[in-house]
Amino acid sequence: MTPLLAQGDPVLPVDHSRQTLVAILLAVSMLLVVLELIRRRRLREEYSLLWIGTALALLVLALNRDGLIWLSSLIGATTPNTTLFFGALVFLMLLGLQFSVRLSRLTYRMRKLTRQVGLLEEELRRRDRTD
Amino acid sequence: MISTSEALSRPATWAEPTTPRILVIIPAKDESGSLPGLLAELAPVHPATDTLVVDDGSNDETRAIAITGGCRTVRHHVNLGYGAALLTGYHFAMREGYTHVVQLDGDGQHPPHAIEALLGPLREDGADVVVGSRYLASNQGQNWGLRRFASKIIAWFASTWTGHKITDPTSGFQALSPAALALLCSDGFPEDYPDADVLIWLHLNGMRLHEVPVAMRPRVAGVSMHGGMRVAYYFYRLAVCLLLLPVRRHSPWRSERRR
Repeated sequence: MTPLLAQGDPVLPVDHSRQTLVAILLAVSMLLVVLELIRRRRLREEYSLLWIGTALALLVLALNRDGLIWLSSLIGATTPNTTLFFGALVFLMLLGLQFSVRLSRLTYRMRKLTRQVGLLEEELRRRDRTD
Repeated sequence: MISTSEALSRPATWAEPTTPRILVIIPAKDESGSLPGLLAELAPVHPATDTLVVDDGSNDETRAIAITGGCRTVRHHVNLGYGAALLTGYHFAMREGYTHVVQLDGDGQHPPHAIEALLGPLREDGADVVVGSRYLASNQGQNWGLRRFASKIIAWFASTWTGHKITDPTSGFQALSPAALALLCSDGFPEDYPDADVLIWLHLNGMRLHEVPVAMRPRVAGVSMHGGMRVAYYFYRLAVCLLLLPVRRHSPWRSERRR
């Protein structure tokens, strides 16, 4: 297996200001997109909470590099990047779980409605026949 | 523990003045092949009972056949699954004031002439749930390999837990007392594949279980609901349900219930 980074490959110099800029841009555009979706009523407020929260968290960490480094040492991550990736992973997991719960609720309601429609339909049919 | 706060008084037994009204519930999905024969068989056996066919989103003439056969019908416009069809049947029975319920599958596996044998223990022994078992009958040499083996383990487990002998927990051929019917309508009935967990749940809520031998028949037509990946999911779900059974709570969305 060839190593990901071979000897002699150019290693990009770490440019913190660029990292920060990209993170800020990402966070701001995420905020804008989510808010715009809410404005157009394409996204219900109840589902936007996790997205907004994540965008804000990203923004805070991007603006406050010391905070990111402090957080990294807190969770035992070796680099600040790991912290960001880890955070993204946790976010996706939470989002997936939230969807599963919502789906379960939706299924429950759908079943109940289907049942109710069926029962009412039969009652109607019965009445039509006896009237 | 599962809450028994549904205020389930002991059943209004057959001895009480209210005359029993029995409803036969037949959950059916695409059973136009077997349903006419089944209904024809049912008519002379139980002329006094009403029959409800729950059409679980069939794509064939299941409902029309049921109506022609003089049955009440409830149709699910989308397919919800076997357990959901049963639950609809229970709700229908409650709405219409039936006291006892007999459920049998629409595929013709369950012989209508055995209904009387199922009702017996309800009447005489004060049982709440009577299950028709294919394995209790000695002449049933059915061997389904892995599935049979797994179902044996589950049966042993359910028997040990409840202290009642249960050999065929997957059997859909059952008779229910008024108390069992009310309990099943309350909440917590699994709507996809009811199995041993339902029996254990009923037992935990004070229901008395009973099994009677029934000689099942091969299905007349249609497709079995147990097949392929479904069997795998079936056992997974059962494992989760059994594991969480003693600590499970009611659905948080049930408060949306009107009644």
